[in-house]
Amino acid sequence: MNAELALISALNGASYGLLLFMLSAGLTLIFSMMGVLNFAHASFYMLGAYCGYQISQWVGFWPGLLLSPLIVGIFGAAVERYGLRALHTRGPVAELLFTFGLSYVIVEVVQVLWGRPPVPYRLPPELDGSLFTVYTVDFPRARGFVMLVAGVILGALALMLRYSRVGMIIQAALTHAKTVETLGHDVPRIHMLVFGGGSALAGLAGAVGGALTVTEPNMGATIGAILFVVIVVGGMGSLAGAFLASLAIGELDAFAKVIDRSPADLAAALGARLDPSNPLYGLWSLTLSQAAPVLPFLLLVVVLLVRPRGLLGKREDR
Amino acid sequence: MNRALAARWLPWVAGALLLVIVPVLFQQGFVRQLFAVCAVMIVFTLSYNLLLGTTGMLSFGHAVYSGFGAYATIHALNWIGRSHVPLPVTALPLLGGCGGLLAGLLLGFVSTRRSGTAFAMITLGLSELVGACWLMFPKFFGGEGGISGNRTVGAPLFGLPGWNLGSDLQIDYVVGAWCFACIVAVRALLGTPLGRIANAVRDNPERAEFIGYSARQVRWFMLLASSFFAGISGALAALNFEIVSAENVGAVRSGEVLLATFIGGIGYFHGPILGAIVFVFFSVALSQWTKAWQLYLGLFFVVLVLRAPGGLAAVIERALAQVRDGSVLRRARLLCALGACAVLALSGLIVLVEMTYQRTLEASGGYLVRVFWTDIDTRQAAAWVLPALLLIGGALAYGWLRRQDTAANAPIAVLTAAER
Repeated sequence: MNAELALISALNGASYGLLLFMLSAGLTLIFSMMGVLNFAHASFYMLGAYCGYQISQWVGFWPGLLLSPLIVGIFGAAVERYGLRALHTRGPVAELLFTFGLSYVIVEVVQVLWGRPPVPYRLPPELDGSLFTVYTVDFPRARGFVMLVAGVILGALALMLRYSRVGMIIQAALTHAKTVETLGHDVPRIHMLVFGGGSALAGLAGAVGGALTVTEPNMGATIGAILFVVIVVGGMGSLAGAFLASLAIGELDAFAKVIDRSPADLAAALGARLDPSNPLYGLWSLTLSQAAPVLPFLLLVVVLLVRPRGLLGKREDR
Repeated sequence: MNRALAARWLPWVAGALLLVIVPVLFQQGFVRQLFAVCAVMIVFTLSYNLLLGTTGMLSFGHAVYSGFGAYATIHALNWIGRSHVPLPVTALPLLGGCGGLLAGLLLGFVSTRRSGTAFAMITLGLSELVGACWLMFPKFFGGEGGISGNRTVGAPLFGLPGWNLGSDLQIDYVVGAWCFACIVAVRALLGTPLGRIANAVRDNPERAEFIGYSARQVRWFMLLASSFFAGISGALAALNFEIVSAENVGAVRSGEVLLATFIGGIGYFHGPILGAIVFVFFSVALSQWTKAWQLYLGLFFVVLVLRAPGGLAAVIERALAQVRDGSVLRRARLLCALGACAVLALSGLIVLVEMTYQRTLEASGGYLVRVFWTDIDTRQAAAWVLPALLLIGGALAYGWLRRQDTAANAPIAVLTAAER
């Protein structure tokens, strides 16, 4: 591996990591405020992609990018208001089950409306081509665009949470819900707002991520599993932890994909030749790029063994 | 006294009789196909409820354990076939159980370090881990096509010629017998101190720790027991279908067992059994009538979570109680009206879904769709307006009636109801 490939991989990893953080930020905020882990969050991501696709068919990509977070956000707020709120007294398992069922239904509805094969959702032509070139390796403009969108939105969100009145009320409601209620704020409405906002973030991530990769009914399940790994590895309820874990998994994925070496190669470089008849030869000759899809989950196992509460997790629930 | 004794043993005797009679009565057709599938699913949901209902652990990766049991069985079958060792195939589910147990030992050690929501997320991650391994180790998992075997290879049962699981009737009886044994074993496990302390860990882990039990250890032990029974169910499925593929360990199957168990009712011992039967009906019977069956199943599940967290078992128990105390007669008019509204709204919804389906996924099949014994032309606006009106009107009327009926608004059962 040379320096320019490393730089490009780092950038690729950062863009994927930021996309993941757009999802995990909303999920974490919702979780730390309401104690609800929204299993359907990845389905909202998929819904955002399909909304973006449909609007891009009718009007164009850019209106879709604006409207699909809005639609998904309103849908999310409605889910909180008419579904989750009634379940709140029954504890986290009931809420998790409800959102699980919801994710099941959303996938089916999407299949009924748009079919099972992927839909041709693409970024507009002005985002084709490369942004800059490091020696011989191109950095695609599309990935730069993802980083820009994620950076701007997340930056705005951070400023909003830190300095605006709404943001301060949300922060207060995170830790002192009862007090905030006593001060005359409608805490259930804040919950709905946060849930809708988190869903809108997922919708935006979907509108961007779907165009960048593939838009298909299975995309939610694919990214969902990784998303929940991010949440657990970062420490449940910790926004900074989610940020760290998102970037770590993004970089892990990007670097693993370009390293075409296996443990057997390493052993050979050190002078130990592995016999192909060895029963574990298949395992040892697996290259890192082949193992890339498993790495986030292996990271999960390692983190759980070393630090069960996650990187920056505070509470240890039983 | 005698009556109580009869009430206690009647379900067991009736269940055993059913398992004996049904395979003989229905030698072919629908029920014949479903019998073994139902029995396998019953073992699977019972094992799942050892986690969810008994210990309060929500798992999204239970198929991993049954899948390992299935793979252990199919590899053992092929080994018996190759080496001609006269081992009885009928006993192989025990090996499958050990396969599940091994997976539980490894994965459970990691996942049971946390509980509640984190546990659920970890099981999801581990299930994805195993699912991704499927592509990397084609030798063990059999790649795209899976691994097939032949269940007639081993020694005949009791040395009797011809008793080698060749016929459908024989496999039905073997699967049925294993199913009954598992039901008895799970029931017995729930009565042991481990089963009782698992309930304590579910309800209040802190107090369970105060009286000297490690909540983590209890969770792990329960996961081991559960993975053992899941392994048996996987082995039975492998014997029944004689093929095991990546589907057997996949996330879809994990989701199915969660749906089936919850639909039946996690707070009751017989809930998962009921759920398994209803689920198999949904997945086999309904899928023959409509391609949108998973949508209906998902909606049914969501409605149950919202309105009847005790599942079908709780709904039935409540209905029986109302019949017994006569309140059903007093509220007969209201119940009939509610039922009528529900039927109207549902039929509107079904027509809409089927019409949408025809327009999108089945677009090559023309514009006509057959719903409720009538052909509907999906190009006519009226054909869309009428079911939409039915759905909205029915739902609004249902909501209005429910608000009138205060008694019906009482919660049906609490999620953590003590097991009966």
